[in-house]
Amino acid sequence: MARPTEVEIGEQKAPVIQPGHTFASITDKVASIVLRRPVTNGWLLGVAICFLILQWFLFAVCWLFYKGVGVWGVNIPAGWGFAIVNFVWWIGIGHAGTLISAILLLLRQQWRNSINRFAEAMTLFAVACAGMFPIFHLGRPWLFYWLFPYPNTMSYWPNFRSPLVWDVFAVSTYGTISLVFWFVGLIPDLASLRDTTDNKALKFIFGGLAMGWRNSVRHWNRYETAYLLLAGLATPLVLSVHTVVSFDFAIGIVPGWHTTIFPPYFVAGAIYSGFAMVLVLAIPIRKFYDIEDLITDRHIENSAMVMLATGWIVAYGYAIEAFVNWYGGDPYEAFLRWNRLHGPYAVSYYALLFFNLVLPQVLWFKKVRNNNLALFLISLDVLVGMWLERFVIVVVSLSRDFMPSAFGQYYPTQFDWAVFIGTLGFFSACMFLFLRLLPAVSISELKTLLPEAEVTVEREAEVHH
Amino acid sequence: MKDPRTYGLMAEFDTVNEAIAAAHKVYGAGYRKIDAYAPFPVEELSEAIGFHHNGVALVCLVGGLLGGTAAYVLQWWINTAGYPINIGGRPLHSWPAFIIVTFEMTILFSGLSAVFGMLALNGLPQPYHPVFNVPQFDAASRDKFFIAIFSSDKKYDPIATRAFLESLNPTSVAEVPS
Repeated sequence: MARPTEVEIGEQKAPVIQPGHTFASITDKVASIVLRRPVTNGWLLGVAICFLILQWFLFAVCWLFYKGVGVWGVNIPAGWGFAIVNFVWWIGIGHAGTLISAILLLLRQQWRNSINRFAEAMTLFAVACAGMFPIFHLGRPWLFYWLFPYPNTMSYWPNFRSPLVWDVFAVSTYGTISLVFWFVGLIPDLASLRDTTDNKALKFIFGGLAMGWRNSVRHWNRYETAYLLLAGLATPLVLSVHTVVSFDFAIGIVPGWHTTIFPPYFVAGAIYSGFAMVLVLAIPIRKFYDIEDLITDRHIENSAMVMLATGWIVAYGYAIEAFVNWYGGDPYEAFLRWNRLHGPYAVSYYALLFFNLVLPQVLWFKKVRNNNLALFLISLDVLVGMWLERFVIVVVSLSRDFMPSAFGQYYPTQFDWAVFIGTLGFFSACMFLFLRLLPAVSISELKTLLPEAEVTVEREAEVHH
Repeated sequence: MKDPRTYGLMAEFDTVNEAIAAAHKVYGAGYRKIDAYAPFPVEELSEAIGFHHNGVALVCLVGGLLGGTAAYVLQWWINTAGYPINIGGRPLHSWPAFIIVTFEMTILFSGLSAVFGMLALNGLPQPYHPVFNVPQFDAASRDKFFIAIFSSDKKYDPIATRAFLESLNPTSVAEVPS
C-alpha cells in the first residue's frame, strides 16, 4: 500500500493531504479529536436536538406498535407509503459509503483514504434507518423473524420466489458486511488510540476493542488480504442490494414499476443521493473539527464530480422511462405518464426534475464545486430530489394503477412524518456520537499516503528466499 | 538457548527503509523466529522477514462455497420437499428465482470467513502479549518500526544476538521480558 501519492503526481490538483504531515502528526491530529478535544457547546446542542427528535421518533413508533399501521396514511390502493419511500431512500444513501470504501479501494483511488471511515459509518447508520421501515410496516413487527427460514412448529417456510424475501437477505447481508468492513478498518486505529491515551479506562476500552492488535507485519499481511477480499465482495454486493430493492418494484406489474431499466437506474440514484449525503456530512465535519488538511478540497470536488456523473445516469433513467411509456404502447403506461405530468402529484414530479436534473447542473462550474456553502446546498437539494423520486415511483403508480374505480389518494399523517424525521434524528445522533467516540479518519491508511511511507530500499529478497 | 526470563530482543528503527534493510539482514543471518512491527501495512517488510503467503483467501473461498451451496440446497429442499407450493403449474425447482439468495449468502459467508479467518490466523483476540512490556513499543502504532528476535529461535543468544541487532544501527535495542 505504500506508494507515492498524487501529492507529487497531480500538481495542478489540490493535494490529498496537505504537505507537512508526519506519521506522528496524523496520529495526534486524529486521536486528539477523540481523546483530548473538550466537549463543545456546539456538539452538545447538536446532540440535544437530535436526542429530542429521537424521543419524538420513539413516541411515534410506540404509538404505531400500539395502534397498528393505520396511524399512517397508507390504505388500499396506496399500501406502500412513506415507509417504503424512506426505506429505498436510506438504503440508497448508504451505498455511497460502500462505493467509497470498496470500489474506490479496488480502483486505487487513494483520495478515498481520508473519507472512507466516516462514509462507512454513514452507510452503517443509513442501513440501520432503512432496515427499520420494512419492520415497522409489517403490522406485527414482533414477528419479523418469520422472514427468515428456520424450522418452526408451523411447518412453514418463506417463499423464495418473492422479491420481498430476496430483500430480507440482501439488506441483512449488506448490513452485516458493512458492519464488519467498518470494524475491521477500525482495529488498527483502536490500537493507536490505546497506545496514545494515558487514561486507564480508555486504554482498557480501546485495548479491548483492538483485541490485542500489535501491528505485527504478519498480522498486517493477513489484514490487507482480508480487507481487499471484503472490498471485492462488497462491490458486487452493493450493486446487488439496490438491484434487489428495485426488483421489489420491477417484478410487480404495476404501471411505472414493471421495467428493466430499474436496477441500473436505482443503483445510480443510490450513489447520487449517497454522495450528496457524504458532502452534507463532510463539509461541516472538516470545518468544525479543523481537519481541512486531511479532508481537502480535492475530496470535496471529486465527490461533486461523482454526483454530477451519477446525476446524468439518473437523467438517462428518467428519459428511458418516459420513452418506454410512449413507445411501449401500453395504455396503462401511457396513462402513468399523463398522471405524472398532470395528475394530483404532478408538483412532486416537476419538483424532482428540478431538484435532480436542473439545479445540480451548476456543478459543471469549478467555482461552484469549490464553494463549500453552495455545494452543501446543492447536496441538500439532491437529497430532497431523490426522496421525491422514490415518492413519485411508489405513490403515483400505486394510487392510480388500472381501474379508475380503484383509484385513491395517499395523504401522509403526522406519524408518517414523525417516523421519517425521527430516523433523520437517529442518524444524526449516531453520527455525532461516532465523531466523538471513534477516529473519524483512518489513521493507518492516511499514513500510507505520506512521502515518508514510500519504500525505496531495493528488493534483496531474491538472495535468501 | 531458550532463556525463560526473556521473550526476545527488540530493535527500534525510525524509518521504514531502515527497518526493511535491517529485516533482510536479520533473515539473512539465519534467524527465523522473528517478527516486525509497523504503524501501517508494509508489504516489503513482511516479505523481508520471510512471510509470503497467508491462508485468508483460502478460508474465504471455502466459506463462500459452503454458504452458497447451503443457501441453494436449502431453497431447493424447501421448494421441492419442505413446503412445495404449486403456483400456476410452474416447476417447483425454479432455479432462476434462487440465484439472488444464493448470491447474497455466498457474499455473507465469504465475507465473515475472511474476517474471522484473518482474526483466527492472527491469534486475535489476544489479551496479553510480551512485546507490550517494552516501553518504546507504544510507538509501533504511531511512527516507529520494530524488529524482534524471539528467544525461542535456535540461533538466539542473549549476548551475540544483542550485538548483532546493535550492528544494524537501530535507535534502540530492548529486551522483551516474558
